Amino acid sequence: MSLNPNYTKYHPKWYRKRIPIFWWMQKWAYTKFILRELTSLAVAFYAVVLLLQIRALAQGPEAYANFLNWLKTPVSIVLHGVALLFVLFHSITWFNLSPKALVFRLGKKRIPDALIAGSNYAAWVVFSAAIVWMILTI
Amino acid sequence: MPEKISLEVLRYRPEEEAEPVYQSYEVPFRKDWVILDAINYIKDNIDGTLSYRWSCRMGVCGSCGMMVNGTPVLTCATFLEKYLPGPIRVEPLDNFPVVRDLVIEMTDFMEKLKRVQPWIVREEEKPLSEGEYLQTPVELEDYKQFSMCINCMLCYSACPVYGLEPTFIGPAAIAIAQRYNLDNRDQGNQQRLEILSEDDGIFECTLVGECSAVCPKDVDPAGAIQRFKVAATANWWKSLLMPWGNK
Repeated sequence: MSLNPNYTKYHPKWYRKRIPIFWWMQKWAYTKFILRELTSLAVAFYAVVLLLQIRALAQGPEAYANFLNWLKTPVSIVLHGVALLFVLFHSITWFNLSPKALVFRLGKKRIPDALIAGSNYAAWVVFSAAIVWMILTI
Repeated sequence: MPEKISLEVLRYRPEEEAEPVYQSYEVPFRKDWVILDAINYIKDNIDGTLSYRWSCRMGVCGSCGMMVNGTPVLTCATFLEKYLPGPIRVEPLDNFPVVRDLVIEMTDFMEKLKRVQPWIVREEEKPLSEGEYLQTPVELEDYKQFSMCINCMLCYSACPVYGLEPTFIGPAAIAIAQRYNLDNRDQGNQQRLEILSEDDGIFECTLVGECSAVCPKDVDPAGAIQRFKVAATANWWKSLLMPWGNK
């Protein structure tokens, strides 16, 4: 048995189509997939901003004020807007996919997909609310 | 309603041409005709040299899969009417080598299918005198969806990961592995998990999800793969945290 897919025991002269670099532009489903993969850049962007913020905080009040001023620049606001859209896209598609990976049973019945995805959304809302509450009150 | 519809069929005759070419055929349009009927009409009435695979005509044998307007479908289950006014582009399944016209080379899939041990594995067979292995309808329900796979390979055609990394064991083989794993008569879970956790196994999958979208039997290979990933990860944590436990 060969593990090499380019080799077969019966090797007639065959034709193998090349996959173009922009294969993901040919179908909306593929484009959506690549966009979803790209959302990781937005997540990385948020992580870097957070690290920079912590660094500025450690450097003292002046550095922190500078950092806050940078956050208010149009460039930063646009970047944050784009990152937010990407992260929302990432989260929503991720939550919708969760029933594919998680199959639970309650007695003889399988827990419906909507409930599994729904509990993810519920957790999302609860955590977001907790963060908003923290920001507004503390 | 049109009288005729045209089909642009990809022809590849290795003894004549190095690259495939499209050939146009005009066939009668009939509301009750599927793509396969039109191709059979070409073969019988226009051009007997056209090669393709088909058998059952009713979505069970899994031989007549082709790309129709860029999407992998069973041609016996796809009506001409859907593609009005045409022309309809018919090509061999993507991601496989083409032997001739619409016929692809499927040895790779066959080898992969065998690797996942798609049969009931028992640590010890019980003697015949003890009777059959019993199963309740609920236990059947656990794996039934994955057992519907007809090995038509549409999912391999739709999977860009398989196209780019042909070593990937692929959607159908994993779904079929899951079919046996979830069968309460089977005890080969661990063996299959090890095979599928290798480099060319489940973790090659980036969850494009098109395998499930094109599956004519609603098998949902993408779901099977994600469930495997969860099981493999849980297994890894278990062996890390409880190394004394059974492997």
